[in-house]
Amino acid sequence: MKVDTNSLKKIAHLARLEFDEKGAKKMTRDMTQILDWVEKLNELDTSEVEPLITMSSEVNIMRDDVVGEHLDHEKGLKNAPQRDSDYFRVPKVME
Amino acid sequence: MEKFRSFDEIKKSLENKETDCRAIVNHYLKNIETKAHLNAFVEVYGPSALQQAATIDEKLEKGTAGKLAGMVLGIKDVLCQEGKIANASSKILEGFESQFTATAVQRLIDEDAIIIGRLNCDEFGMGSSNENSVHGKVLNGIDETRVPGGSSGGSAVAVQANLCTVSLGTDTGGSVRQPAAFNGVIGIKPTYSRVSRFGLIAYASSFDTIGVFSNNVKDNALVLEIMAGPDDYDSTSSRKPVPAYSDLLHFDKPAKVAYLRETVQGEALQPEIKQRTLNVLEKLKNEGHVVEEVNFPLLEFVLPTYYILTTAEASSNLSRFDGVKYGYRSPNAHNLESMYKLSRSEGFGEEVKRRIMLGTFVLSASYYDAYFTKAQKVRRLIKEFTEDLLTKFDYIVLPTTPSTAFKFGEHSNDPVAMYLEDLFTVQASVSGVPAISIPNGKDGKGLPIGLQIMANSFKEAELYAFANYLTRSGLNE
Repeated sequence: MKVDTNSLKKIAHLARLEFDEKGAKKMTRDMTQILDWVEKLNELDTSEVEPLITMSSEVNIMRDDVVGEHLDHEKGLKNAPQRDSDYFRVPKVME
Repeated sequence: MEKFRSFDEIKKSLENKETDCRAIVNHYLKNIETKAHLNAFVEVYGPSALQQAATIDEKLEKGTAGKLAGMVLGIKDVLCQEGKIANASSKILEGFESQFTATAVQRLIDEDAIIIGRLNCDEFGMGSSNENSVHGKVLNGIDETRVPGGSSGGSAVAVQANLCTVSLGTDTGGSVRQPAAFNGVIGIKPTYSRVSRFGLIAYASSFDTIGVFSNNVKDNALVLEIMAGPDDYDSTSSRKPVPAYSDLLHFDKPAKVAYLRETVQGEALQPEIKQRTLNVLEKLKNEGHVVEEVNFPLLEFVLPTYYILTTAEASSNLSRFDGVKYGYRSPNAHNLESMYKLSRSEGFGEEVKRRIMLGTFVLSASYYDAYFTKAQKVRRLIKEFTEDLLTKFDYIVLPTTPSTAFKFGEHSNDPVAMYLEDLFTVQASVSGVPAISIPNGKDGKGLPIGLQIMANSFKEAELYAFANYLTRSGLNE
């Protein structure tokens, strides 16, 4: 699978990442190389195989709906890069 | 003070009043200072460790101390401790101070283990050489021009260089076993879901496990039995009872051992490692155990499966690092979207970005079935093959790594070459089964070789007993 500059841009946007020209070139090359390598899986016939979607053998772990400990407000905001008294602060969303 | 070779020696020394916990902590603090250039620790909790030691000394005096009194632990920088910084070796978690403690770590503290500091690793556990760390690289204590392995490189070096009694690492595709092999120590990856992942900064949630490094099997078994077991904060954690592994180390029955033809025949395998592995198998046969060669035709599909699934899970897990709630926020942003993009682009290292990009790609609508679903199907084939083999045999024995510790920069320009370092460790991770790496002699350059043993899910007791038998009887020398 050849990753081109255009698809790289689209994926980068989905991942909320940005690359400069040099970084984009290297990432395009690396991704193409790695995708070519993982495509080896196509050599296996898996038409009769169900995908494995969970690794834990625990199912339906139930518990009573009781109020437990949770982070208090101040602790929750402790690591905020920017905050006010009640909320996380972010740059303007609407122009 | 002489080097303690085991926790049993520490306990004996405490019982005989030859030492106390403060002296033990001071002993390790001095070693950490002497070996500071190895860069294994990113933060040392000198004062708080000494304070904890004083409290435990009082408990010992009163006879109320826990099972791990006197044990000094180092913790990989991906495990959270309340009130302490955790970075996952990433700039994006700059300054993050955890509000809670990982369940596994809390259980050790509750038994009076002393946490002496946090240990360097690859960023978010992504790497096989500890070269991807915002804290800088860790040096291999045996040959400082070489990598310690990764991602839990600091944890392996800390135990090898006697900077703590035991250390915790995490293993997603070999991140405990490979550095254990490169440093000549013991490292276990338990069964998936055996130990709660609560408080472990996630990389790939259907693979991540917390593992243990030690100088001997018994210490390793003791720490795992205390960490393991169900946890209300991790609904995937297994409810199966946890045996007292450290009391079950006796081994006296003939074992059925399989080895995989493809793992010893591969061209990429260093000849000395091949020889050492075959020597152990030969000795086992001579001791009356059943040793059989089996084919593992899926070997070459294991790494591609692993990389599709782990990058997908990583891209999802690492979406939480957005510059809003904690960690690094770019000062250059002018609106919300550029805050996300710049914080993430400036905060993540190159390997992490590569994996997020790959994961985003394989999960994108047009490619989801061709890559992600396909890999989930192949995972089932690999898991079923491995479990089936482990019902016919007690153990699978194979090399831990294709080569001994390599030089810094050797694989830096070729991601796939670096990924191939995990060729022999990912099978257990993809299948969820436990695996342990024990020392298996040295190569011509004096670098340690690792021997890996896998057992079926939740057979940690059997795994430890067999590893104990091999190391005790010197079959691995």
